[in-house]
Amino acid sequence: MARRRWEKGSSMERRYVQCDRDKCTGCMICQFICSAGKEGNFNLEKSRISVVQTGPSTVTAIACQFCRNHPCIKACPRDALSADAATHTLKLDKARCAGCGWCIEACPFGAMTLDDSTKSVTACDLCTNHAQPRCIEVCPRNALSLYISRRGR
Amino acid sequence: MDSHSGKCLAVDLTTRRAEIRPLPQDLLRLCLGGVGLGTRLLAEWVAPGTPPLSPDNAIVFASGALAGTMAPCSSNHATVTKSPLTGFLSTSVSSGHWSLSLKRAGYDALIVTGAAESPDYVFVDDEIVHFNAAGHLWGMTTQRTSEEIRRHHGDDRVRVAAIGPGGERQVSYACIDDGYPLSHRGGAGAVMGSKKLKAIAIRGTQAMAVHDLHRLEKASLALNARARTAPVAKNRQSTALDCLLAVNKQGALPTRNFRESCFKGTAKLAGKDDSGYRVVKVSACPSCPIACRGLLQAADGPYAWAATTLDYQTLAALGPQCGIDNMPAILKAAELCQQYGLDTVSTGGCIAWAMESFERGLLAGEDAGGIDLSFGNADALIEMVKQIGERKGIGHLLAEGTRRASAKLGRGSEQWAMHSKGLEISGCDPRGSEDQALPLAVGLGAESDDCWLCLDSTTDRRSNPGSRNKAREDQATLFDSLLLCRQSEDCFHDFLSEAADLYAAATGVGLSPTELERTGERITTLKKSFNIREGWKRSDDCLPPRLLEVAASARKGKAGELAEAKLKAMLDDYYEARGWTAEGLVPHQKLRELGLDGPPAMGKGK
Repeated sequence: MARRRWEKGSSMERRYVQCDRDKCTGCMICQFICSAGKEGNFNLEKSRISVVQTGPSTVTAIACQFCRNHPCIKACPRDALSADAATHTLKLDKARCAGCGWCIEACPFGAMTLDDSTKSVTACDLCTNHAQPRCIEVCPRNALSLYISRRGR
Repeated sequence: MDSHSGKCLAVDLTTRRAEIRPLPQDLLRLCLGGVGLGTRLLAEWVAPGTPPLSPDNAIVFASGALAGTMAPCSSNHATVTKSPLTGFLSTSVSSGHWSLSLKRAGYDALIVTGAAESPDYVFVDDEIVHFNAAGHLWGMTTQRTSEEIRRHHGDDRVRVAAIGPGGERQVSYACIDDGYPLSHRGGAGAVMGSKKLKAIAIRGTQAMAVHDLHRLEKASLALNARARTAPVAKNRQSTALDCLLAVNKQGALPTRNFRESCFKGTAKLAGKDDSGYRVVKVSACPSCPIACRGLLQAADGPYAWAATTLDYQTLAALGPQCGIDNMPAILKAAELCQQYGLDTVSTGGCIAWAMESFERGLLAGEDAGGIDLSFGNADALIEMVKQIGERKGIGHLLAEGTRRASAKLGRGSEQWAMHSKGLEISGCDPRGSEDQALPLAVGLGAESDDCWLCLDSTTDRRSNPGSRNKAREDQATLFDSLLLCRQSEDCFHDFLSEAADLYAAATGVGLSPTELERTGERITTLKKSFNIREGWKRSDDCLPPRLLEVAASARKGKAGELAEAKLKAMLDDYYEARGWTAEGLVPHQKLRELGLDGPPAMGKGK
């Protein structure tokens, strides 16, 4: 069967910030530093990583998992999202994004965020301008780490 | 004033109206926020002599300049009201998601006045305030209330501070549970209950701008890095137990209603393997790198599954104070306190008083409702917490606090009512650790005082206990007004300059370390002035007769008993160090020096 367009990325290496939920205390310092770096203020709503309560006494932090089948890219009606092979992150064509929110609906992790002011979406970009994602750098319990999949699996 | 929103929300429950008012910048500069701002607002909004449980009393929830930013341990708020337990000021600092939501909803303070006709809860959705009926929530435990409200609004971002059945029945030391129960002292829950206000739910979604983001980030990350190696962070959830062992070794652990100051059961409580509980989860408040809250769960036995967090004060009050060496029972009692919305320290103090009265035959048989109230009876402890929460049986008497309960019971029971100004004392026995005597005697805001014993390393040892106490009090006040958690004290090398740096980065207001120190003194004086206004006299600064007249038995370690003359000398030193009169009053000149003689900045009527 011929490969469909959105499956092109499926042989791509996956990279994402993963969280050890046994170590995570829910302190949200990752959220604070993320919004400070990306937005220039402390706006937890716009953080690319978010702390979620997954059970009565379990918390974990979740950011874009760069899924193999990219449900967000599939869902986008305006082809604004694409997978960037060089940085292993999602790339957004801001001119195309209309803020319709289909990708947010499609994301199984709730990792896409809508920026109300610009009406476009945002997702984790692994802080490509830094040595490593800043959330990993500041996590006080070393609960966050960068997951790198093996190529071609 | 970047990170100060400069707005305060005034909610009147009688008229069901809410109003957003501007806070003058001068006021914020003088009082910083938190306890300072809360005390100032309370003094201006509540007329002198207002009965604490009347609609005219107000509760002020005050946020701080650093809340909502990444400054370490900054997600706190102060609850300030006139205490039904003492009749004086009550300031308690709490932390967690509710504090963060309050700040992110865009308010530096939330003032609640008036009283609803039928049970209500207030939902603050950024700028919009809803008054909702809470008839269906009345009678529910604090956690159930929170769950119900959050389920109703269908949003995890809604955070709830609620009172339990204890607050509804106006137990004098009822507390407000905002999700992270530690000892909230002074009875703000009863004030909320008298207003028929079941809960305050907040959804805050706004961005927090700061003056100099880069500077704040740098300062915060430096502190975070230190938090990884600071002793408090290393010990984390075992801090409470370590503290218990240390205090016991010193011979300053209040045991069996202060009859003894050394408890044999501490070894059993602190035993790592066989004490019958496990740590389920270590959690942290927002922006806290320390994570001191271990959720402990009783593993087996009759109290299995009881789960709660413990701090030292709770552990000491419900454990050794009542002669209990059974950790699962303490956990169960603390969990019940949380569900009923009771301050654990006062609850423990009242039960210890009842136990002693029982053993002396004053609360025999029917009076005690047939319960065997001897020291060390774990089942009695649990039953008493329930009765206090529901104001049933003897619980009705104990719900008034030891001062009023002993006055009612009479027959000499005042001799072992261990309170200062009506607030049950706990923590450290001042007979074993003299430095503890002054903070217990002069305590200004009914806050849960740290145990100075363990903090001695950070404060300089000046020769005079009076000036020593002044320095500590001012520093503690600064922590509570900048709303930095006192647990983070270890992370600071030079508190004043580092705190001034954080404050300047957040607000753009440069305060020199000296000015900041002065601000601490100003806020302490502000608290004192409130109490003086409410009829404080020098005779109120005292300790229970037992501590002054009787030497503690089973005392080891440092010798030295406390006598009335000794305390009097310490008080004289303290008032002198403060620049107050010998009667403990604040002279007008001192007020002027501190900039406290100005006209009210934000009166109720304006």
